Amino acid sequence: MSTGTPIAEATGLAAPAGTPALIQEPGTLAAFWRRLRARPSAVAGLIIVGLLILMAVFAPWIAPYDPTATDWGNVRGAPSLAHPFGGDEVGRDVLSRIIFGARASLGAGLVSVALAVSLGLPLGLLAGYAGGWIDGAISRLTDALLAIPFLILAIALAAFLGPSLVNAMIAIGLSATSTFIRLTRAQVRAVAAEEFVEAARAMGNPPWRIARVHILPNIVPAILVQATLTIAAAIIAEASLSFLGLGQQPPEPSWGAMLNTAKNFMDEAPWMAIWPGLSIFLAVLAFNLFGDGLRDALDPRQRT
Amino acid sequence: MLRFLARRLALAIPTLILASMIIFALQQLLPGDVATALTGEERDPQVIAFIREKYHLDEPLPVRYAYWAGGVLRGDLGESIRLQKPVSELIVEKLPVTLELACLAMLVALAIGVPMGVLSAVKRGQAADTIANGIALWGLSVPNFWLGILLILLFSVELGWLPASGYVSPFESMSDNLAAMVMPAFVLGNAIAAVMMRHTRAAMLGVLGSDYVRTARAKGVSPLRVTLRHALPNAAIPIITLGALEFGQLLSGAVLTEQVFSVPGFGKLMVDAVFNRDFATVQGVVICTAATYIALNLAADLLSAAVNPKLRRA
Repeated sequence: MSTGTPIAEATGLAAPAGTPALIQEPGTLAAFWRRLRARPSAVAGLIIVGLLILMAVFAPWIAPYDPTATDWGNVRGAPSLAHPFGGDEVGRDVLSRIIFGARASLGAGLVSVALAVSLGLPLGLLAGYAGGWIDGAISRLTDALLAIPFLILAIALAAFLGPSLVNAMIAIGLSATSTFIRLTRAQVRAVAAEEFVEAARAMGNPPWRIARVHILPNIVPAILVQATLTIAAAIIAEASLSFLGLGQQPPEPSWGAMLNTAKNFMDEAPWMAIWPGLSIFLAVLAFNLFGDGLRDALDPRQRT
Repeated sequence: MLRFLARRLALAIPTLILASMIIFALQQLLPGDVATALTGEERDPQVIAFIREKYHLDEPLPVRYAYWAGGVLRGDLGESIRLQKPVSELIVEKLPVTLELACLAMLVALAIGVPMGVLSAVKRGQAADTIANGIALWGLSVPNFWLGILLILLFSVELGWLPASGYVSPFESMSDNLAAMVMPAFVLGNAIAAVMMRHTRAAMLGVLGSDYVRTARAKGVSPLRVTLRHALPNAAIPIITLGALEFGQLLSGAVLTEQVFSVPGFGKLMVDAVFNRDFATVQGVVICTAATYIALNLAADLLSAAVNPKLRRA
């Protein structure tokens, strides 16, 4: 059997033998994977994200020391063979705290975005598909939330909820929800105007079935891209809240909180400031690279 | 144009009211009794009773909101329990500092972002484009408080060229003021520069592909002149309107930048208020930020509509 489609064969445009069939089906998962792999920056982002997740999950096995154990011989200790990233203000091993700190950063990024999507997606679907006063009410609420800058809303929410990592996640998730409501609504309205949705409606499908079977799968790519880029923003937000003392509480490690103490010892122990910042930067960069690559790979206009 | 303005205002005002409701409702998140929480460390029953009376805490929530919103409309944002001053007075005092910082940061963002965006659009797909995109990605990914710490480490601790902190009013000494503001402005402008670069690149790519630019090229106008005189003015409109919307980002960033460099502005006021559990001040700062953002949004809409009549029908 030939690998080409009937039309390609009829027009003499059949792919040469041996070409994988997926090249003729630009919409498949395999084709998406191939387009993503063609972007080195996206692959680099994905690899760094993967390594950071492994580091967070296996932290207890990788970290050379207990991240909260103090050692008076290593107070603001310079980087050495025993402590490659040095020691902090009470002699804790900075490397171990960086490794464990990945849990707070990645955890906050993933949990807060999961919260934002699980609230924003249904509300956006409802607003976009139901229309009328429901749409009006949800859209006004979204506008009002978007009027308060993301980080300022997150700080205010965290301040009123009380300082803790869980509350920081809730604050960041709620602050990011409006973006997903607006995006989902716009996507739903675009897809709902398509002819295949009209056809599904004409065939007598109930609205919830149209929303779930016909609309939802078509808006997933846009949501996925936004979610990846929002994880990057959420990691910065968690670091910011922890830096201000509104996130992870001491002695538990968090990159943002480590920078907060490092600020006071800049002339004696600069390594305390370098590594946590570099870690935040790397994590955020990785999610941004991956998100940009994902967008390019999922964008139908880029398909050839 | 007047009808457009009326329609936009009709959307902006309910948005502001709803935002104020959300900000007011934040109070409800406080654990335990609101009056006790609002007084912070204070355990004096007289103070608690005073707070209960002042904020009408025995009334139902909608009534309390009406009292609060009425006060906000008269310019009364409540009292800072910690500083024993009206919140509005504190904000008026701190706002100019943040505005100066924000304007300087915007200047930095435009000075870096626009030329870089133009260059990467003109050299699309070439090395300069890749480098500019790389710099933009760096600007978007580096946490600005860390960048601030690194700059202090380099320019204050190592080289001793610039003060690490210590704000000086421009009315006292312009040069000391600028010396104290140059690092914060750069740190704050850095992330916005990346966003401006992306906006500029997209807008320039759109304009460079249009027919009149091709005509100008065909007539033999020099590439530099085509870029700067023919294309850039038309690309400027989306750059300016999208730039206005970045102001919210600027205010968010100012909170951390001011914290790192101890700049006594709006953001520092908010963070200090958060630590002192001075919730009236937090609410006051947030509502002012939201109002500023909505006003800027409106201004950006009007600006686009003034330049492009087609948008007035939207």
